[in-house]
Amino acid sequence: MTDVVSPAAGIPRAKSVRRDIGIKRRYAAERRFRAYGIAALSFGIIFLMLLLWSVVSKGYTAFQQTMITMPVEFSQQIIDPQNERATNPQKLMTANYPVVARNALAKLLNVSVDDRVASRAIGQMLSDGVRVQLRDLVVANPAIIGTTQTVRLLASGDIDSAYKGQIDLDVGQENRKINDQQLGWMKQLSDSGALAKHFNSGIFVNGASSRPEAAGVGVALIGSFYMMLIVLVLSLPIGVAASIYLEEFAPKNKFTDLIEVNINNLAAVPSIVYGLLGLAVFVNFMGLPRSASFVGGLVLTLMTLPTIIIATRAALKAVPPSIRAAALGLGASKMQTIFHHVLPLAMPGILTGTIIGLAHALGETAPLLLIGMVAFVANYPTTPLDPSTALPVQIYMWANEAERAFVERTSGAIIILLLFLILMNVGAILLRRRFERRW
Amino acid sequence: MNTSLILLILAIIGIAGYVTGARHAMALAGGISSKLHSRPGYYGSFVAVWAILPAAVILFVWLVASPMYISSSVRGAFPEEVKTQSQAEQGLSYGMITSIARGMNALTGDEIARVENNPVELRTALGAKGVPLAGDPQPFMVKAAADLNRMTFVSRILMTIVVLGASIGGAFVAYRQIAPRFRARNRVEKVILGSLVVASSIAILTTVGIVASMLTEAAHFFTAIPAWEFFFGTVWDPRFAAAGSGGSEGQFGLIPLLLGTLYIGFVAMLFAVPIGLFSAIYMSEYASPKVRAVAKPLLEVLAGIPTIVYGFFALTTVGPFLRDISSQLNGLVTGDYANFIQAQSVLTAGFVMGIMLIPYVSSLSDDIITAVPRALRDGSLGLGATRSETIKKVVLPAALPGIVGALLMTASRAVGETMIVVLAAGVAARLQINPFEPMTTVTVKIVNQLTGDLEFTSPQTLVAFALGITLFAITLCLNIYALYIVRKYREQYE
Repeated sequence: MTDVVSPAAGIPRAKSVRRDIGIKRRYAAERRFRAYGIAALSFGIIFLMLLLWSVVSKGYTAFQQTMITMPVEFSQQIIDPQNERATNPQKLMTANYPVVARNALAKLLNVSVDDRVASRAIGQMLSDGVRVQLRDLVVANPAIIGTTQTVRLLASGDIDSAYKGQIDLDVGQENRKINDQQLGWMKQLSDSGALAKHFNSGIFVNGASSRPEAAGVGVALIGSFYMMLIVLVLSLPIGVAASIYLEEFAPKNKFTDLIEVNINNLAAVPSIVYGLLGLAVFVNFMGLPRSASFVGGLVLTLMTLPTIIIATRAALKAVPPSIRAAALGLGASKMQTIFHHVLPLAMPGILTGTIIGLAHALGETAPLLLIGMVAFVANYPTTPLDPSTALPVQIYMWANEAERAFVERTSGAIIILLLFLILMNVGAILLRRRFERRW
Repeated sequence: MNTSLILLILAIIGIAGYVTGARHAMALAGGISSKLHSRPGYYGSFVAVWAILPAAVILFVWLVASPMYISSSVRGAFPEEVKTQSQAEQGLSYGMITSIARGMNALTGDEIARVENNPVELRTALGAKGVPLAGDPQPFMVKAAADLNRMTFVSRILMTIVVLGASIGGAFVAYRQIAPRFRARNRVEKVILGSLVVASSIAILTTVGIVASMLTEAAHFFTAIPAWEFFFGTVWDPRFAAAGSGGSEGQFGLIPLLLGTLYIGFVAMLFAVPIGLFSAIYMSEYASPKVRAVAKPLLEVLAGIPTIVYGFFALTTVGPFLRDISSQLNGLVTGDYANFIQAQSVLTAGFVMGIMLIPYVSSLSDDIITAVPRALRDGSLGLGATRSETIKKVVLPAALPGIVGALLMTASRAVGETMIVVLAAGVAARLQINPFEPMTTVTVKIVNQLTGDLEFTSPQTLVAFALGITLFAITLCLNIYALYIVRKYREQYE
């Protein structure tokens, strides 16, 4: 290795005075510009976090419910004083169960049943849902009348809120939903272990109720399930068939162009317009029942189709032409080529698109409001033609309720909805990871 | 025989046709499948298609047409004094007749004989069977109901015979055509191709359905309210007058709703455009692949969250926050702790909608910015421009048409967005410019007019369709123009 010869040896250096080209200013502008980008990006992500946090922090308590576990005396005196249950089965349905529960609680708190004011206050600590709870117990097994059983009963929504610390206890007792006496009892019960928070399975299985503590998304889940089933069964075959035609067979002409423009437009039509279509065509013209998940499914199918068609066409396009050429060369017809070779290879992409389309349909609210899914449905729908509601519609209805406890329910329902969406999207991502081929 | 049973039998005939067709073809070829033009399965499918398709079409047409025919002939047999009544009253009578007919199916033979002589007893008799009637039936109704039941019965029998006959006949005809040189594959594939065409024309049917249904309902509305009063009216005040009371129907002015929609959309774009655009620029031009791989999906999560969740967020978090902070600010400045931002306001709805729109702006413009050719950037950087100068002076101008298209698409989302504004914008239709006050939008009013009990004759519900067609027209124009721009731009660099 030889030494590097300095090229400038001997030549006098030019004075190092540089022309001012504003490099400092320009670099500052560069840094500022970059900072704007970072700020914008973080703004978006921060708001995503804020939104999720606000929902989760309000809603996680909905999965726990305050309940009172206590011995309840199923007194014959109150339930069936004339002992007529053998002749009149209606008797057990209409008996005064809230009094049974109230007396049990009064006994636990050592309050005399004859103290009517205190008795009423105690009654308010229990949910109206205890009527159904106790009734179901007795109807299922009438032999328990006259015995004492340990039963876990729902506390009222106000007690639930207070126990979870959601009611501001610093305001005077005349301005809040529960008074100091009830608070004292609540403390007494919780110290003795009778009153405690338990996992709230009711929110998953119960139907609509005007009492927040007894309301759940059971009916909505079933309605949403029916709708997703209908959307899947209808939109996947139709969407795939339409894409195959457009991508593989359609000649380039006015008609195909029209279909293409149409599909692109339908993907961007506001969802509420689909609701108007469903109301006018399915409900009014065809006479299908309002509030039925069948109609909801049809409307969501029309809404999801463009998404699935666009995804399917992209997936079909991604299959290399060599596959088609090879199949055709071996004597397969065009139809055989597509159904036996191209379609199976495009399937992961198609399914991913379908799942994402379904996830969108699951969260869609506006069109369902118009076809009458805003309904108070307490019983499970047995067929898709029965009145039902849907998960996002249930959220909308609860969001409009004034009571504090419904805010918690609403957030809880949103968490359930988001969990389903996350599940579907993660499924789509895994599917893509597992089966996607790069050609 | 009920419809699902007929469908089941059709399916069985189809499967049987498939099996016998395939076997027959093999037998004709002497067991050597290479002598056949198509593979045996295609001969089977050919028979199955002939067995199912024509029969299913007949079944469908019959199911649609026969109730119409029966209804018109029952109505045609109404007594003269009923025929002179209005359409609505005739409809009520017909509804009574259908419920009587349904109830009579539940009655026994001698019960029917008794009530036919004494129609007044019918109501109690049907009530006992769990079929409530709206009023006391008139004598002609009982007769008409009996006719209706008889015609329905005859129609069912005929339909079953015709459909099953068509199915077996079709299968037989197809079976007879099978021969070793018969081109079964081509025939079957033609049917498949036909079904593909039908599937893809559903997109057109949907559009036609949207336009036709909304135009007819809106036309009904415009017979009650003149179109110019709707499109240029400045007062939105629909009154729920009782039917037939002759009271005024109120005013249906579109202008306040339209301005509210545009105002809220504008506020939303005010938040979404700079944030979305800067995020897109940062992600496509500055971010390392690692950052991009995390940040891009995170932003897209925002697009996957249902709008009802944004609405709830606006209602319970953003709205109260803005209200409280405004009262604090007011208190600091003037000492009066009155809030000047309402919880439901243009600002609340616009801001939350803006957050929702960020991912639309960013991912659409990201695609467009990435599509600008590398050479343009390299040229600019090579001449000594900094990165931000390259972006501002070269990349963005080159991408501008595409970005404008993307923004138009985003704007059409903002115009059509429903759940956020339903929960956060308020319902008062007012003409004002203060962003801190509530305003309402076209979509909110569509929801308001159509939730709850409704009859399809009053302007109060029909106006929703007029609003809907307006909304559809606005978004359609925005989208078509945006698509046109984006397409034109894309071709520029290909």
